[in-house]
Amino acid sequence: MATQPSNALARETGGSRPRRLRLPRVSRAGRSDYRRFNKRSLLGIAYATPTALFVLIFFVVPLVLVFVMSGSDWSLLGGRKGVNFPENFHDVVQHRWFWQSIWFTIKYTVIVTILLIGLGLGLALLVQESTKWKGFLRTAILVPSALGLASASLLFYALYSPQVGPISPMLKVLGLTSGDTVILGSPSGAMWATVFLVVWRFSGFYMLLLLVGLQGIPSDLYEAARMDGAKTWKIFSRITLPLLRPSIALSTIMCVTGSLLAFDQFYILTKGGPDASTMTVVQLIYNIAFESKKSLGMAAALSVIVLFALVLINVFQMRVLRDPDKK
Amino acid sequence: MKKLFGWLPTSSYYVLTAGLAIIFLAPLVWTAVTSLSPQAGSAQTDGWGFGNYDTLIHYQLGVGKYAWNSTVITLLTVVFVLIVSLLGGYAFAKFDFPGKNALFLLTLSILMVPYATLLIPLMVSLKAMHLNNTLIGVALVIAMFQLPFATFMMRISFEAVPREMEESALIDGCGTFGALARVLLPAVKPGLITVGLFAFLAAWNDFMVPLYLVGSENQPLPLALVNMRQQVMGVIDYGATQAGVTVLAIPCVVLFLVLQRQYVAGFMSGALKG
Repeated sequence: MATQPSNALARETGGSRPRRLRLPRVSRAGRSDYRRFNKRSLLGIAYATPTALFVLIFFVVPLVLVFVMSGSDWSLLGGRKGVNFPENFHDVVQHRWFWQSIWFTIKYTVIVTILLIGLGLGLALLVQESTKWKGFLRTAILVPSALGLASASLLFYALYSPQVGPISPMLKVLGLTSGDTVILGSPSGAMWATVFLVVWRFSGFYMLLLLVGLQGIPSDLYEAARMDGAKTWKIFSRITLPLLRPSIALSTIMCVTGSLLAFDQFYILTKGGPDASTMTVVQLIYNIAFESKKSLGMAAALSVIVLFALVLINVFQMRVLRDPDKK
Repeated sequence: MKKLFGWLPTSSYYVLTAGLAIIFLAPLVWTAVTSLSPQAGSAQTDGWGFGNYDTLIHYQLGVGKYAWNSTVITLLTVVFVLIVSLLGGYAFAKFDFPGKNALFLLTLSILMVPYATLLIPLMVSLKAMHLNNTLIGVALVIAMFQLPFATFMMRISFEAVPREMEESALIDGCGTFGALARVLLPAVKPGLITVGLFAFLAAWNDFMVPLYLVGSENQPLPLALVNMRQQVMGVIDYGATQAGVTVLAIPCVVLFLVLQRQYVAGFMSGALKG
């Protein structure tokens, strides 16, 4: 990880040196070299053009447009009706669900990240060696991650239903609830039900990410530690965890980003309910755009806020989580 | 590390891990089984059978129409992603041109921008291009969201190919495109399969992009199923929902099991170099 950038740099400069022009104005050979370099870079531009067009049309233009929209009076059906600059942002912040949805999104993100990274690490350690049984386990844990989040949410919607799902009766048998419970009917029930769904769907994903990191740790380090008489826990805390740091950092950043932007699972499973208690920020964007205000201007304003928050949070995470050696 | 779970007696280790396997597999098995089993309030009330699938087939425009929409979106997305990332990866790995690194970083920065932030303006800009409410519009947008991973993956795939391979093809009289098609393409095939697999899973399963961008007749399967559940509120037909989830899940699970190695390979490169 630490050597990667310098490697890439070496490869890049080394790769272009033979073709790169040294003294173009001096010799004939130099001139033809110059032309070849030019032609070669034109070809490179040609091959990169589809990427550039895609990024320009479907990323850069909308990104500029969202800023324009966030300052405009722009309704879902009526289109643009003039400037509405600070008001959109003001209205969004004043929205009765604004702080509530932010608070819920953060709470959900913290819970999911702790569970997924912890569980992912535990599972990765559990299935590390390649035996037949562990290979099967790995596959079993990974299968849900092939499913779409929307399909998984529909699946769990049925699983949680008091009519056909087995979960309600199971909770009753275990004595955790009395009577017929509607799992999604209470705020905490709805949240934990969604957390369980997300953990089920994504555990394999994070297990795999961390497994890749684990397999990058040289085995002679473990052997040396064991020769020195280190106990299992000590090996784990002094060797595994520090060397796994880049993988854990990557997993954490991905998990935090994904959870902060949670939408599908709540849209399908809880609809933000009961009483908007499980409304996430991204759901609020959808709600403002299509359901309540039908204002694309306000939705764009909230989108811009989310964008800045996400960039800030990611910069902060990279600062905190990055390798201390590289500071 | 072998000893981390060494305190567990072997038998309880197997009980624990078998329990885990059951937790992860049971919901899938449950859905597939109950979609066929008799259930009150569904089309399959007595005996086992395909009644729920029959409900799906006759729901509104028919499941066939929605499955067709999903198929078109998925195929177009995979084709777009493969072509763009193949050419882009070649350009980024083997050529030098002004703005190369800026474009590469810009492509990766798509990852930093939330779906929702782009979908609101995309509704407007696709309309200006007459791509609103079209399958091709949805495919183009999903393909764009796949580009960071795909471009990164193809760049490192091309970088791993020795330079001599391309050069000898060029000396033999191939143009760069000939070198790409005849010599480099086979060498980057594993990368292409990984990119294609991820594009397939993303497009087949995407819910949010079509939710924002298309109307009823162009809904893909996941969106249609969610709407089906909502339109019969009060009397939710769980049987039909379970049948729908099964239909959605089968291609993904099969493809995953067949291409598991490529799936893992995608992670290897992403996690090691990320």
